[in-house]
Amino acid sequence: MINFFDRLMRLDRRWIFLFLIVVCIIAYVSDFDVPIMPEREVETIYEFVDSLPPGEIVMIAIDYDPNNLAELHPMTYAIVEQCWRKNLKVLITSLSQNGPGMADEALRSITDSLAETKTYNGQVYEGREVVNGVDYCFLGYKPYFALVILGMGQNFRLPFPEDYYGTPLDSIPMMQGVLNYDDVACVIDLSGGNITDYWISYGQNRFNFPLALGLTGVMTAQYYPYLGSGQVFGIMGGLLGAAQYEKLVDNAGLARDGMRVQLPAHIVIILFILVGNIGFFVDRRNRHRAEGR
Amino acid sequence: MKRQVPLVLVLLFGLFMIFQYFVPHESSEWVYEFLLDWIYIIGIFALALGIWSLYVVSVDKVKTRKHDWGYSYVTLAGLFGMILFGFTARHGDEWGWYLIFVACVLLTVIMSVQAMAARINKGLPLGLAGLFLLGAVLIAVFDDTWSFYFYTQEGLQSTMFRAFFDYIMMPILATIFSLLAFFIASAAYRAFRARNLLASLLLIAALIVMMRFFPYFGENVGEFIARVSSWLMNVPNLAAQRAIIIGVGLGIVATALKVILGIERGYMGKG
Repeated sequence: MINFFDRLMRLDRRWIFLFLIVVCIIAYVSDFDVPIMPEREVETIYEFVDSLPPGEIVMIAIDYDPNNLAELHPMTYAIVEQCWRKNLKVLITSLSQNGPGMADEALRSITDSLAETKTYNGQVYEGREVVNGVDYCFLGYKPYFALVILGMGQNFRLPFPEDYYGTPLDSIPMMQGVLNYDDVACVIDLSGGNITDYWISYGQNRFNFPLALGLTGVMTAQYYPYLGSGQVFGIMGGLLGAAQYEKLVDNAGLARDGMRVQLPAHIVIILFILVGNIGFFVDRRNRHRAEGR
Repeated sequence: MKRQVPLVLVLLFGLFMIFQYFVPHESSEWVYEFLLDWIYIIGIFALALGIWSLYVVSVDKVKTRKHDWGYSYVTLAGLFGMILFGFTARHGDEWGWYLIFVACVLLTVIMSVQAMAARINKGLPLGLAGLFLLGAVLIAVFDDTWSFYFYTQEGLQSTMFRAFFDYIMMPILATIFSLLAFFIASAAYRAFRARNLLASLLLIAALIVMMRFFPYFGENVGEFIARVSSWLMNVPNLAAQRAIIIGVGLGIVATALKVILGIERGYMGKG
């Protein structure tokens, strides 16, 4: 037994990698569904968007790179589809370098999905065509996000005289009479980096618009103070947050699917922590005994 | 004089930026917007400098045969390839000489690196670079199956640009990031130990917060864990994060004042 714990303490990390990948593969090919219980901070975002009347503009900042694809892309899918199904307009901006590619990819996929008639939360939504400039306006990317956020507070046309596709904002139907943050119902920042800090301090603080966040799992705890202070009205944290949102909009997608892999992987990590600690205590006890002799 | 002018400029612009934040007057806004434009202009020069720097570093790696020097070619081919695909697009489904044009440009870059890195016999790579460049220019002039687009809808919808982004860039970056899970598992196993009281508290708190996501506990246990984890996030975590944020905020103000008043001069290259 002592020998077992001794070997456990010296376990090569490649065995850990192998064990984790085997668990992930088994979980991925197995057919089961993880029960999801939405948290209050996710529900508030859903309820806010759901309560908006048709025609309102929701601004979505796609501030993440492909690194955060697994956690944040499902949030984009779920929120944008919810907005379009409810005939809300979406104003999209992207303040990270690879964000426009992510937004472009998401817009194409969601546009395809909208073409089909689907039922969400018991309500049938007829398939329809999504029109650029009418249903959404994609502003694109500009460097120096702090300056862009401040500039948009005065007029969207200052940092973005044209949209991503080169069309002047003034000739886009959706942007008629839309000047700055005062004309959008809320801003939802989906971010995998410190751009969120700037949306809070330069955006929400200065221009006082309702702000919600979609963050990677590791970032989430860092932004709870803003939820407590009311500067942020909702937070979706990591893949679980995305899965909770998918559950609320009744649109199971990549996040619900990803949870089937993430949950067993987390359990494996917890088990490794517990086993490592048992080995540590046994090892310490043995050393104390040996010193006592 | 060389040191005083930058100090005066920083003082003036620093004070103005503080002033304009609290004065939303039309003229103040105009100056502010004018200064924002300057930041973009300076940024564009920085971008060009960055590309040039990457090119020079790559040449140096090839020249001195540093570890993994061969990847420098891949880096430069990726950089210039993506720039090309971003600025060019085909008109229809025909390929024409498009891919040969791209190959010619990339070979020009590679041959120019080869020429700069070579200690002797620079003539051959230089001649080849010139030849490939000539080929690229001729194709650009005479091939009408594709065109250059600078920041227009056609350029941004380029199939090659999208394909490279969707099928190469996205999977590569997502894969690299997902490797983190394996390192976290290994690190957690080795380092997350209850060595003393504080480490034990951290370990217990982490386990509770992680377990709140576990949906298979019974109703009572699940609710208890959810309540405890919610308390952990909203009380101790919130307090610690607020302290950090306030500390960082005060630090930023102090550093900004030191820069504006000329006490901190690191940005000029010397302390």
